[in-house]
Amino acid sequence: MKQKKKTFQIFIGITILLLFVILLENLSTFIPGLPQVLSPTSPLFTVLKKAAVYSLVAVSMNLLNGFTGLFSLGQAGFMLLGAYTYAILTVPTAMKDQVYYLFGGCAFDFSLVDMFKGMFGESGFGGAISMILGSFIALILAGCVAGLFSYLIGIPVLRLKSDYLAIATLGFAEIIRAIFQWQKFGPVTNGANMIKGFPTFSDFNITGPSGNVILRLSTFVPFLVSAVCILLIVLLINSSYGRAFKSIRDDEVAAEAMGISLFKHKMLSFVISSFFAGIGGALFAMYVANAQAKAFTSVMTYEILLIVVIGGIGSVSGSVLATFLYVACSEWWLRFLDTEVYLGSFKVPLLRNGFRMVVFSVVIMVIVLFFSQGIMGNHEINFGALLKKFQPKPERKS
Amino acid sequence: MGNALHLENVTMQFGGVVSVNNLTLDVPEHKIIALIGPNGAGKTTAFNCITGVYQPTNGLIEFMGKPMVRNHPSRSMAKTYKGENADKFANEAPLSPTPDEITGLGIARTFQNIRLWKSMTVFDNVLIAKHQHAKQNVFSAVFRGNLAEEKRMREETMELLKEQGLDAYKDELAVSLPYGLQRRLEIARALATKPTLLLLDEPAAGMNPQETAELADFVRLIREKYNLTVFLIEHHMDLVMNISDYIYVIDFGSEIARGIPSEIQSNKRVIDAYLGTTDEEPE
Amino acid sequence: MEYVISVLLSGISVGGQYALIAIGYTLVYGILRLINFAHGDVFMVAGLMGIYFTATLPFGEAIPLVIIVTVLLGFTIERAAYKPLRSAPRMSVMISAIGVSYLLQNTATYITGGQPMTYPVIPVLSDTVNVAGTQTKWVVIITPFLVLVLIFGLTQLINRTKVGMAMRAVSKDFETSRLMGIRINSVISVTFIIGSALAAVGSVLFFTNYPAITPTAGAMPGLKAFVAAVFGGIGSIPGAVLGAFLIGICETIIKGLPSSWDVSVFSDAFTFALLIIILIFKPQGLFGEAATDKV
Repeated sequence: MKQKKKTFQIFIGITILLLFVILLENLSTFIPGLPQVLSPTSPLFTVLKKAAVYSLVAVSMNLLNGFTGLFSLGQAGFMLLGAYTYAILTVPTAMKDQVYYLFGGCAFDFSLVDMFKGMFGESGFGGAISMILGSFIALILAGCVAGLFSYLIGIPVLRLKSDYLAIATLGFAEIIRAIFQWQKFGPVTNGANMIKGFPTFSDFNITGPSGNVILRLSTFVPFLVSAVCILLIVLLINSSYGRAFKSIRDDEVAAEAMGISLFKHKMLSFVISSFFAGIGGALFAMYVANAQAKAFTSVMTYEILLIVVIGGIGSVSGSVLATFLYVACSEWWLRFLDTEVYLGSFKVPLLRNGFRMVVFSVVIMVIVLFFSQGIMGNHEINFGALLKKFQPKPERKS
Repeated sequence: MGNALHLENVTMQFGGVVSVNNLTLDVPEHKIIALIGPNGAGKTTAFNCITGVYQPTNGLIEFMGKPMVRNHPSRSMAKTYKGENADKFANEAPLSPTPDEITGLGIARTFQNIRLWKSMTVFDNVLIAKHQHAKQNVFSAVFRGNLAEEKRMREETMELLKEQGLDAYKDELAVSLPYGLQRRLEIARALATKPTLLLLDEPAAGMNPQETAELADFVRLIREKYNLTVFLIEHHMDLVMNISDYIYVIDFGSEIARGIPSEIQSNKRVIDAYLGTTDEEPE
Repeated sequence: MEYVISVLLSGISVGGQYALIAIGYTLVYGILRLINFAHGDVFMVAGLMGIYFTATLPFGEAIPLVIIVTVLLGFTIERAAYKPLRSAPRMSVMISAIGVSYLLQNTATYITGGQPMTYPVIPVLSDTVNVAGTQTKWVVIITPFLVLVLIFGLTQLINRTKVGMAMRAVSKDFETSRLMGIRINSVISVTFIIGSALAAVGSVLFFTNYPAITPTAGAMPGLKAFVAAVFGGIGSIPGAVLGAFLIGICETIIKGLPSSWDVSVFSDAFTFALLIIILIFKPQGLFGEAATDKV
């Protein structure tokens, strides 16, 4: 069947991509003397990691805003829930007193990683298994917590219409942030301080007995998680449920009249989107190696929303592409705009700290106003057609 | 045979305006019944009450002999209610199913101002209407544990499109179709929900005489094929007189006449209220 | 007692300042059905201009100039970012508003270097005064009266003038008004001009009270003012003012609660909680009209 073949192609594509990422980040270990760009500390890998994380969040937001037509601005709040869930569940018990020193230790004396270490052993292969199992289960639980909260929030807010929904979800995100900063919950959330010490991406690098890195996997891990999650979202969008979501986006009244329960499907989309935003938040915590409520402001939501708009509302591949472009520009390619440059004694005007973001916002405004379809509109990149361009055309029998 | 649909004292009041007033009518099974009246008479509002878009202010709607929608004026509406029979249903609990629940019971509709899903193909427009009967859940849908069902849904969709002569357009966007075909697509979409009662809201609006004549044959055809009851609102008098078994006429929300087509044609009140005041050609 | 008076005074004063911003939201929403996310940032920019202009000009010239430039800014934003999207889906316009907000914040960061700027001490407004044993600034006393005067003027404008009538007509029915020959674009421009002017006045009062201006200083007061507008019933000016005073007072009370409770983190969250409660139980607000959709 056509559908099956396509799914298979996507599967192969993702595998190749993941292998390529592993190769890319280990190249400098095997072949010394490569350009600086490929060294593990290069901005290339920072960009790749951050973009992998953000692309999951962007796609999850697109599921809601682009495919279901629900204009929600709560993404940062659900990311926060995911980040804290992951952090609280995986900080090693030995670290807790140190992290929560202001509150005399953590009220929650448990760590998934330690629990598995109890089963599989502390070091070597057992330790690795414990770390992987512990952090992956924590990732899933991070999604579940975000999903659960979104369910509770969804009951009242999903009845609201477009902009009221936006402002209500934004409000809930701010409320969640305030609760997590409340000192009274310090023994669990560490108040306004950051939680750290949990497994991050670099903990997935395989090290030898002397501590030297044998195989780097710190970029591979976010790619793997994001790719699997995005694949699941794509499968959902292409299923009967995805079609129902799109029908709600196009015309709610008609969808309802054709037997599609608005509340049930909006809730489904909202919970699933939040589930993946929660996982995205946990990945974000792994990326920055800490979890702190003040990072998850509405500015973060706006940033992700703008990525979705740039990529094209209603296009998964557009969102992914836009994330990589956006992150690469903001973290790497446009950095030069923030540094003062002298040509001889002539100082290039305008270039100083903050200019990058100004240029950036102007570009975004231009896209919003003049290219409202974004990069992809509501289309997807057709890998089959792309491949065909590179293949010699099969000769036709006439 | 019994009644597919039964309306009893249905009143719909918006603020101080009574759009539908004390409407009582029956739609017997397997018949084609028409609801006519001048513009703004409250016909579409009556449809919206039946399909759950609005909750009527007062009255009872039964589907296949079972109460489906019921309400009586309460709270602030109790004071401002202008309709009749305010106390008739006061002792019975209101019933107010959502439109999708009503569709699930077996009532499907089309819309006066075509409401297709604009960004989707003709095929998907019909396929989505099958979603409510699909047995899959989110997990089986994502992990593709439902290939047989999906295949069956696609086949049934294709069959409906063929029957409407739309199979050649299946991959085109629904909005790119000519007007007459968009109306047909709406009917195909409504049929995909597997209804026993089909509500058509001005199915011939914007159609030329030939298309209208074809539509009449087509409505009869699907009634036989799917064993349907049809309840329609229409302005084209030739179509109404041609296919209806029985006609209800309303004006300013209230019924002014009922009868078989020949009776309605000669009814003086109808001619005064309706045919005499519009540009429609009475046939 | 003194404590109660001081809380009430500053609550009413903050509320008045929110009211001036809230009117900008409520007017624009009434006409365009757009949450103008950039409005709070226009307010912040007005504050920054207050700093830069007063550095070179005397107050008597600087403050009118701030108002004029803010009005120009509001007008330009509408023409550049919202007008081209008049027939686009509502979501696009809102995204454009978020984009403008992002642009204003980033530009402010670039110009100020991201450091908090200190609002100048304006004579008279910043002088202290003793009310029933409480030391407070004149601005706290003046704000509510100034707000009432401005609101009175605005309601006169809306109820008595031709422009006001056009504004009311457009907010009732956008399309019909257009068909009736009302020049929609000029009505919308007037709305943005009024909103921006009031926001500029609000900025002078607000930042005299809270003199630190960061590029994000407009976001929270902006959102709170929006909540006030929703609370009062969007489109209703008296509603917005009442909502703003209420939010201002509640916020000051929460901030004034014993510090051992540590509830001051909730002073912002409280506003949103209020918003959500209103949206769920009385979505049309105190004085708003319920809208019905036609199928």
